[in-house]
Amino acid sequence: MDIGQVFTLTITQAFGVTALIYLFAAIGLNVQFGYTGLLNFGQVAFVAAGAYAVGVIVLTFDLSLWLSIIVALIVSTLLALLLGIPTLRLRADYLAIVTIAASELLRLLVRSIAFKDVFGGAQGLNGKLGQEFHDLNPLPVDFTLPIFSWSRQDLWVVIVGWSLALLFTLFVWGLVRSPWGRVVKGIREDEDAVVSLGKNVFVYKLQALIIGGGIAAFGGILWAVAKQSVQPDTFQPDFTFFVFTILLLGGAARVFGPIVGTVIFWFLLAGFGEVLSSLINNGYISFLTPTDVGSIRFMLMGLGLMLLMIFRPQGIFGDRRELALDAR
Amino acid sequence: MPANTGNTTNTTNTTNTTNMAPGRAAAVEALRDVARHPGSSKPDPILIADHVSRQFGGLKAVDVAHVEIQRGAITALIGPNGAGKTTLFNLLTGFDKPDTGEWTFKSTSVAGKAPYRLARMGMVRTFQLTKALSRMSVMDNMLLGASGQSGERVFKALLPFTWNAQERANKERAMELLGRFNLDAKIDDFAGSLSGGQRKLLEMARALMVGPEIVMLDEPMAGVNPALTQSLLGHIKNIREEGTTVLFVEHDMDMVHDISDWVIVMAQGSIIAEGPPDAVMKDPQVIEAYLGSRHGSALTADGASLTAESQGGTT
Amino acid sequence: MLRRVRLALGVLLLATLAFLVSGGLSPVHAAETTITGTLTTPGGVAVSGVVVTATGPDGVIASGTSDEKGVFVVPLTAGGTYTVEIDVGTLPEGITLNNEADASRSLLVLGGEKRIIIGLSEGGESGIVAEASGTGERVAQLFLDGILYGLVIALGAVGLNLVFGTTGLTNFSHGELLTLGAFTALAFNTAGLNIIIAAPIAIIFAALVYGWGQNRILWRPLRRRKTGLIAAMIVSIGLAILLRYTLVLFFGGAPQSYQQFAGQAGITIGPFNTTPKALILGALAIVALAATVIWLQRSRIGKATRAVSDNPALASATGIDVERVISVVWIIGAGLAAFAGIYLGLTQNTVWNMGQRILLVLFAAVILGGLGTIYGAIVGAMVVGIFIQMTTLFIPTEMKTVGALFLMILILLVRPQGLLGRKERVG
Repeated sequence: MDIGQVFTLTITQAFGVTALIYLFAAIGLNVQFGYTGLLNFGQVAFVAAGAYAVGVIVLTFDLSLWLSIIVALIVSTLLALLLGIPTLRLRADYLAIVTIAASELLRLLVRSIAFKDVFGGAQGLNGKLGQEFHDLNPLPVDFTLPIFSWSRQDLWVVIVGWSLALLFTLFVWGLVRSPWGRVVKGIREDEDAVVSLGKNVFVYKLQALIIGGGIAAFGGILWAVAKQSVQPDTFQPDFTFFVFTILLLGGAARVFGPIVGTVIFWFLLAGFGEVLSSLINNGYISFLTPTDVGSIRFMLMGLGLMLLMIFRPQGIFGDRRELALDAR
Repeated sequence: MPANTGNTTNTTNTTNTTNMAPGRAAAVEALRDVARHPGSSKPDPILIADHVSRQFGGLKAVDVAHVEIQRGAITALIGPNGAGKTTLFNLLTGFDKPDTGEWTFKSTSVAGKAPYRLARMGMVRTFQLTKALSRMSVMDNMLLGASGQSGERVFKALLPFTWNAQERANKERAMELLGRFNLDAKIDDFAGSLSGGQRKLLEMARALMVGPEIVMLDEPMAGVNPALTQSLLGHIKNIREEGTTVLFVEHDMDMVHDISDWVIVMAQGSIIAEGPPDAVMKDPQVIEAYLGSRHGSALTADGASLTAESQGGTT
Repeated sequence: MLRRVRLALGVLLLATLAFLVSGGLSPVHAAETTITGTLTTPGGVAVSGVVVTATGPDGVIASGTSDEKGVFVVPLTAGGTYTVEIDVGTLPEGITLNNEADASRSLLVLGGEKRIIIGLSEGGESGIVAEASGTGERVAQLFLDGILYGLVIALGAVGLNLVFGTTGLTNFSHGELLTLGAFTALAFNTAGLNIIIAAPIAIIFAALVYGWGQNRILWRPLRRRKTGLIAAMIVSIGLAILLRYTLVLFFGGAPQSYQQFAGQAGITIGPFNTTPKALILGALAIVALAATVIWLQRSRIGKATRAVSDNPALASATGIDVERVISVVWIIGAGLAAFAGIYLGLTQNTVWNMGQRILLVLFAAVILGGLGTIYGAIVGAMVVGIFIQMTTLFIPTEMKTVGALFLMILILLVRPQGLLGRKERVG
């Protein structure tokens, strides 16, 4: 087993494109759930909104990528309003169910044959989705970093992605230490108390949903640009559950929680997967096949989420006293 | 000096106001000549309600024809269990929607308005189960109470220079209020680490941060140990001294007697008596209402007839 | 003495579990390598004469034709990745593929018999509503389908509702109780037991292990620890993921059918096209649900369950053993869910995410009926089942879940306590 190669593959995935997509979704979810206590189980819909905005504007309508980014933000805001206005008054568990239902509803609509001309049906939209972005790539041809195994194209995405992620983290930091953040933290704990002090709680919740959704939409934009493919079946509720896992792992309501959570989560998952694959391919483990590795990874994710919630819901850096999880 | 006849018609008030605190004196003066029947008019009402009703299933929890709350006075809303005081309280503060009813706060119609709007207009309430935000610090709790902090608007939030000065001013005011309530040493502690009584004080101090015109206290003495009671009563009196109106819901008449300027008694959803504490406590109807319920009228045939009799004896 | 009985039971169950797992592992490594399946119309009529081809990695083409029972077998020489194609030209008049994409798919065959499912529909373009023998007949057919579907949903929803009512847990892994039931029956079936025998055994097994066992090992300790309800809900999500992929690991990702009744011929009764198995299962479901309702009304524990559902603290104060009630609720819930899973396994097939696919529909049923109300689940389930099937008159069948989701969201906005619920605070 080539430890060097296993490590390279692992570390590349820990900081790579897929991890980044989850990171944006997690930063967004941190604002919605970590700081405001909204149990948004439909976060994947926001990511999909971003991805499909790029897909539809660039491929279906043959327009500019930069326009699609603006459209993505508009769509995710509309989605937040559509999702939030009717449902934010609901109790936590109802909100969870409704948000999952809404995200599945949208996915089924987008996937349907009826809208195939716009959204590409089950096959989705595939093609040159990020050309304008990739054309800006300043890296020299055949450029690679030691240790990491990104292609020149992916590396450019990774650099821009991480820069954006840090920017958003700074943005969130600024927000939550402001009086706005204080109101939102109050809402997380007890809405009625905050209402009795004269704050329009509903508007704050809506704002949190919009902001968190917008950040997650950037994950979708990144997805489209990096993978050049947007398919409905990749935007299922399991994605949201894994984002929750990441957020809880790093520590909800901690500014760096999403970053820590994402990197550790993907490092562990990818690492385990690579090691196991390597052991199987080299014959050390005979009772498993390479396809089993995928299942085992997901099993571990599920188990991990359970253990996290039971034994350490505040994650690595969270403060147990601050959690939104005790109240119903 | 006219003797205190002890009946429910207009009795001249014998209280001497010369040694009272100014707020109390003013309140007593204003209420001196107010008629002592349910729904009587007040000289300077801050809150007026008409035909308020609320039904739960088949039960009419609240059915109040008319009630006025005097500005600058401490009014107590009392009554036996199930009288509808809490429901009326929730309706007036916007935390429940009425079936029928119109009421005005500071001459503006407010029935059906969202509770946060009422709070912004100057009506702040506390909760029976204290809602001090345990996972936030004492100072944060107080700062949350401050009104008009522009940093609370999402677009200005990211620009500290637009709200830093306000924050500093708010902090100073908070310190001053906390000092009054003896909580100034605890500003950085999580509110959850305070004792139950301290949390009650914090909730009260926080309510004052809003700068309200009327403070609505929902059973402020609930769960409070006797040592703290006097201190709480003192703080409520201070609120009146500053010109803020107080309305509070309470169960026990004895505590009420000490600080209220005016008492409104409810039973079975309607107001059955109004007046200064002395008069009300001697009112036979009021005594009947309390006695009747203490004997568990719902359980025995005798009790039922007792309640029926007391209902027959309305003024 | 009781302790020893429990211990013995536990050992027995563990042994059966081990047997189950090994039974689940074996299908993947049998002797002959083939791709097989059964072609029937939605009404259950066998479709013969259809040619199915498999093109291997080396370009070699193997094929098979469906016989009079609709069964086709494509013999292969080795495992590998194959492109499986259905010769649409050989489909009889009026029969089309349910999903265009099914005409060609890529399949990894590891060895042994690989079953695939090819969905067919009658008349019209695939994915769009078929104009069958008159709208009136179609409505009647859909109504029957709706009732049958509603019964399956009811079997799942009742358990979900009972657990919520007595413990407050919104159980996101309830769908997996259906899946586990179906696969447990599959394991027993593959090991040699006729499904008629395997099914009840699986149901009892499920009720005890997945029901009582789950409560004992996971939920009761969490209740003792005073774990919050949102935290518990998230734990159930993790559990669902764990269970799903465990099943994939042991049973593979492809849909599988039971050995018996897979290609049962359809029958026509008046305007209705259905299969005997669907009717029998439907009748059994009605019996099971009726029994549950009667139990809730008449038996001591049933009444205790209603009391706990209404007000656990009060029930406990009046001497009801709340934990006992919860155990019973889990047993019944898991048993009914297992039956639902087997039902689906018999009328469609078993696949690792079958429970997940129906979970949101179960929630819709429970919310529509009223979360926590005992009979609400059944009422909601029937309404949702019929509604879903009827909506296929207007929307493509592939999107029929959309109707249920839409209904659920609508109910939560307009009447959040559901049809039968009390006006409790849901917000």
